[in-house]
Amino acid sequence: MSAAGVAKQSNIDQPILDPALAPPFPVAALPVLRNVQLRKNVAHAIDVIQAKRARLVEEKTDWQALRTAASRIKDEALQNLGAYLEQFEERCTAAGGHVHWAADAAEARRIILEILREASADEVIKIKTMTAAEIQLNPFLEAAGVRAYETDLAEIILQLGHGEPSHIVVPALHVNRAQVREIFARTMGIENLSDDPEALTAAARHYLRQKFLTVPTAIGGANFLIAETGGVVVVESEGNGRMCLTLPRTMITLAGIEKVVPRFADLEVMLQLLARSATGERMNPYTSLWTGVTPGDGPQNFHVVLLDNGRSSILGRKTERQTLRCIRCGACMNTCPVYRQTGGHAYGSVYPGPIGAILTPQLEQLRHAQSLPFASSLCGACYEVCPVKINIPEILIDLRARVTDQERHTVGKFFDPMYLGMRVANVIFSRAWLFHFAQWVGRIGAKLVTRKDGWIHSLPSLGAKWTQTRDLRGLPRQTFHEWWKDRGQGNKGPRV
Amino acid sequence: MRASLFITCYNDTLYPETGRAVVRLLERLGVEVEFRAGQTCCGQMHANTGFRGEAFSQAKRLVRLYADAEAVVIPSSSCVAMMRDQYPGLFEELGNEDLRRELRALLPRVWELSEFLIDKLGAEDVGAYFPHRVTYHASCHGLRALNLGDRPFRLLNKVRGLELAPLANLDRCCGFGGTFSVKNGDVSSAMLTVKLEDVLATRAEFCTALDNSCLMHLGGAMHREYAPMKTIHMAQILASTQEHPAEVVG
Repeated sequence: MSAAGVAKQSNIDQPILDPALAPPFPVAALPVLRNVQLRKNVAHAIDVIQAKRARLVEEKTDWQALRTAASRIKDEALQNLGAYLEQFEERCTAAGGHVHWAADAAEARRIILEILREASADEVIKIKTMTAAEIQLNPFLEAAGVRAYETDLAEIILQLGHGEPSHIVVPALHVNRAQVREIFARTMGIENLSDDPEALTAAARHYLRQKFLTVPTAIGGANFLIAETGGVVVVESEGNGRMCLTLPRTMITLAGIEKVVPRFADLEVMLQLLARSATGERMNPYTSLWTGVTPGDGPQNFHVVLLDNGRSSILGRKTERQTLRCIRCGACMNTCPVYRQTGGHAYGSVYPGPIGAILTPQLEQLRHAQSLPFASSLCGACYEVCPVKINIPEILIDLRARVTDQERHTVGKFFDPMYLGMRVANVIFSRAWLFHFAQWVGRIGAKLVTRKDGWIHSLPSLGAKWTQTRDLRGLPRQTFHEWWKDRGQGNKGPRV
Repeated sequence: MRASLFITCYNDTLYPETGRAVVRLLERLGVEVEFRAGQTCCGQMHANTGFRGEAFSQAKRLVRLYADAEAVVIPSSSCVAMMRDQYPGLFEELGNEDLRRELRALLPRVWELSEFLIDKLGAEDVGAYFPHRVTYHASCHGLRALNLGDRPFRLLNKVRGLELAPLANLDRCCGFGGTFSVKNGDVSSAMLTVKLEDVLATRAEFCTALDNSCLMHLGGAMHREYAPMKTIHMAQILASTQEHPAEVVG
């Protein structure tokens, strides 16, 4: 049965990674919060990567300078994006490649299908690419009669097990070894498969070799596009991407427009940051660079599809533009205390974690995923580790303001307790005497719910979300400013 | 030296003992403390919940209120971070040049409590006595926005009688996050559970911090779970002496 076919019969706990259909974050997080084992798997996996990253970052004495350099390179590219993309197109075309421009997901899917039809392909092998997942390419190809085979080990696990990615670098992070064994044994028809990592990789290798040797068309993404040379860079760990880049006759690269860097030399900075941030390695095992077509070597029919899909709408905003610096290392999710509890599926998009919380709503132009900017305690750990210095908390706050502006005048939200409370609080904070009066009223109200031990154990409305797991100390008899007044030292300062 | 105390809205209402401790501590160190009655809130709650216009009007009030203050001392890292990190952006977008100038003039005179003690007064040993086992929780704003670094530890290390219990995963958020704790109450609670495991593992008598917001979160869970630990703001530890021991409430 096809992947799409099985997905349709899925149970309610099956995650939905489509921002238009996914439930809001607090609801989508519940299945994982209830699954203690899954939370432990996620926490363990990201703790391991984080610890490796921390060791390797510490040994780089110029780490902060590298981050600054990388953010400047990306900013330079973004400020002149049109020019650099055109330069890329010109150089790539001169080297024998074909460049296509796709305004949105539908156009990108249509272009890719046309290329596949021209190559008479009914099967493709795929290098792991988040951008293809973003445009939901696999189900589209499936419906058009083209079978896509993932070649990244984690993606194979998810494809064969009908799972969804929960991390951008380690997509099967949430799947444990026993589950991998079960998926492989069932779908590959291997009896007595052990859950020994070597046995599992051997099974995957056997499965993959058949695909590599028989499927002449490949689709992949790009970590970087080089404007200066028209070259494309793919960074990976397993070498299966390298196979896809060398064996097939036709190769299609789907890349977001923000992937372009001005110069070849920029890779010196980018590659040092990427491997350390993504997998905690000094250098990733496979870095493939190619430019157009080389006669007698690799694919002879090479296409690049440049995808906008909401990206250019982010360019015009000074703060939010930083989002497009992202090099998809996943360090922000590995360090995020929210992601650590919820895993990736709660974000309702193929881009989870802090970067997903800012990227998804913007790609959707705030028509969907409005709960994501609020899915953060604003602790700042993501900004601290980001190799291209994206100030994620700052962007989260900006997006919160845009969501609030969008919602606050709607009938449904006007009487929402949070919105009501915020409006009332603003009035209270506008005059000290109102604030003091509100404190007095609050103290009387609090008395009604304060128990004999001096603590509040249960609150109504929004407060119930607090008292579901925490008590609140009852209000003191005297506020600080009352104490100060009693002390008789007088009040200072202008009336405002 | 004359310091104007911005107590912050939630400390004024919920944790007056922290304010009393700041006054006692600063006066003991020879600082003249004043309190401006017009103060309410720094606007952080509104800003972080998406209400920029409201946050701006509160920010504007505060900047005007303290325009002529010699130094503003705030016993809450997140409110200081709000002023330093968010006021400039708010004033850029919604304010005028006069206001921006007032802000630029004010910000160098705004101090978080531990900054004021160490950087301004040069006082590591504040003459405190607190004979208890204590663990320090680094609030995210103090840690990352203000880069308080080892300041809190330098202060605690000089408190006589105090035994400092190191906290594992010091840089991990407790899950409070203001309105996050109710908007994403279940996720926030899960984060709190993980944090509390580390905090309780220290077997300290008290968990301290420079933000009562984190302590309200941790303390609320401690009380709910009958944990043998209490929370206390660092100002209260630093104000504590043999003659006047800290007020421990709750």
